[in-house]
Amino acid sequence: MAQMTMIQAITDAMRNELKNNEDVLVFGEDVGQNGGVFRATEGLQNEFGEERVFDTPLAESGIGGLAIGLGLTGFRPVMEVQFFGFVFEVFDSIAGQMNRLRYRTAGKQSAPITVRAPFGGGVKTPEMHADSLEGLMAQTPGLKVVIPSTPYDAKGLLISAIRDNDPVVYLEHMKLYRSFRGEVPEEEYTIELGKADIKREGKDVSIITYGAMVHSSLKAAEELEKEGIDAEVIDLMTISPLDIDTIIASVKKTSRAIVVQEAQKAAGIAANVVAEITERAILSLEAPVLRVAAPDTVYPFAAIEDAWLPDYQEIIETAKKVVNF
Amino acid sequence: MSTKTLEQVENQFETFQILNEEGKIVNEAAMPELSNEQLQEIMTRMVYTRIWDQRAISLNRQGRLGFYAPVAGQEASMLGSQYALDKEDWILPGYRDIPQLVFHGLPLHQAFLWSRGHYAGGEIPDGLNIMVPQIIIGAQIIQTAGVALGLKRRKKENIAITYTGDGGASQGDFYEGMNFAGAYNAPAVFIVQNNRFAISVPVEKQSAAKTIAQKAVAAGIEGIQVDGMDVLAVYAATKDARDRALSGGGPTLIETMTYRYGPHTMAGDDPTRYRSSDLDDEWTKKDPIVRFRKFLESKDLWTEEQENEIVDKAKEDIKDAMKKADSTPKQKVTDLIGFMFEELPANLREQMEEYKAKESK
Repeated sequence: MAQMTMIQAITDAMRNELKNNEDVLVFGEDVGQNGGVFRATEGLQNEFGEERVFDTPLAESGIGGLAIGLGLTGFRPVMEVQFFGFVFEVFDSIAGQMNRLRYRTAGKQSAPITVRAPFGGGVKTPEMHADSLEGLMAQTPGLKVVIPSTPYDAKGLLISAIRDNDPVVYLEHMKLYRSFRGEVPEEEYTIELGKADIKREGKDVSIITYGAMVHSSLKAAEELEKEGIDAEVIDLMTISPLDIDTIIASVKKTSRAIVVQEAQKAAGIAANVVAEITERAILSLEAPVLRVAAPDTVYPFAAIEDAWLPDYQEIIETAKKVVNF
Repeated sequence: MSTKTLEQVENQFETFQILNEEGKIVNEAAMPELSNEQLQEIMTRMVYTRIWDQRAISLNRQGRLGFYAPVAGQEASMLGSQYALDKEDWILPGYRDIPQLVFHGLPLHQAFLWSRGHYAGGEIPDGLNIMVPQIIIGAQIIQTAGVALGLKRRKKENIAITYTGDGGASQGDFYEGMNFAGAYNAPAVFIVQNNRFAISVPVEKQSAAKTIAQKAVAAGIEGIQVDGMDVLAVYAATKDARDRALSGGGPTLIETMTYRYGPHTMAGDDPTRYRSSDLDDEWTKKDPIVRFRKFLESKDLWTEEQENEIVDKAKEDIKDAMKKADSTPKQKVTDLIGFMFEELPANLREQMEEYKAKESK
């Protein structure tokens, strides 16, 4: 076991896969000699050479097309979009092309592609860097969408994503890159995609969340415990497809739930989680399922980020509302 | 500031032609090495495709085919370029580029199933290096850069070729694809079939550039404008581009000057709304089949009987292919669910069960 930050765990996962399979290619803007703008690919080009880890021209759409074409010739592309706010430039390649390649060829072709991209607020980035756009991806048939919240999860999920023979969008929250270290095994391991993880067991209310909000939720759970409320915190980890079984089992146990996301209320995936609970466990509910989400405005200017982003206090308040309903 | 630079650039993109409208060789030096049998085979394919186009239009009108983008007029551009390929080269077609796929190895009935909107149309036979016709104009161009880089990394003696139209050259992906291929020196050939109209919009409204071929300059790659009604010129330009790509000379943009005699698609487009009959007449005189027939006849390589045989064969093949398409099992929702992923996620497993139950009723 080693103590790693999430970004180190991500690099470790890519190194493992580059070593494990010579078809794995890592490319994007500045991922080569520079090692990536966040050092996610640090040292990989030196270790594996320019044929395996390489820079691209500055054009996200072209990067997506490159990935699809390389996939067709038997490679396993791990492409990086420098910030997920730039996904709009490559939206067709991800949500109009690679997601449907297997389908449109009745299984004859596929896109074994991992799209890595940082996102997320709290670090005062300029415009279009921090936006939570995972909801757009979760609405796209043919994609899996993964969002880790810990170094351990990050490594196991990324190895699984790279080995998956269908496209996986793997979103890395910038605030979590270096905010803490966690135990990460040095050897390879995988975490099954589509499975949630109960980060804290509880019996009074289920807090269903993902990304940076996992940590805000855990902090909220600690505070709630002081007031005698025992919250269960579920880290979805894969937001598409959802781990319905884990969600429903938890809600049936606690009878109360809130869904917490950093994205705007009309975005993200919270509404989907609420709908699934309503369809499958309404008779177990003692209260409506409430959402914690950001206001439905454009992502805030950097200087007002803190007031806009959902925080642990809002999670506490919403959990109490549900408990005291 | 003068416009001298612009003129100097444009002067480098004169139309490359080998066979004139009378079927006479006007550029002997550029004449490609093709045997008599090969010349006949090219003619055979062009005639076959013309008949197929006529039949497809009529089958579409009868409701026996679905989406169809007519190709009459573009036979030289499509088939001359495809003829220059090795059977393991990759083709990334646009939605009009069905003939290239069929002569590369896609069974005709699958082309018909694709037209009707049946998954079996996209069930590419094993070992056939093509993509399904691309509807998103420009997407095939960036994907071609990727396939070409893949071929280069695999050290294959093969190229990736792609096709778009004159309107497609205005897309961002068109530029990005050429630029990526250029930056990686990847073995790609980009063909723009300039038939002068993107649905109703004339090419003059796409760009102030006098040629599309000169857009290669922006990517730092070779560009050539070719008489797209001259099958020998199209073949020679494509073969040259292919050879250069495989000897490390990088990608090429080929603009073929061509014309579609029919509508944009069979989905209600009426070209008389935007094209004059004078323009139609002007391009009818350039017909690639008429011109090549004259050339072959002058060499005693073509007869009316030969042509009639091909017409009959085409009609027979089309009839057989339609029968095969008709007898293809109907699609089920469970088929579609099954094609989504290698391993179905939980939501689709659940929906699979629902639809299995529905379908078994």
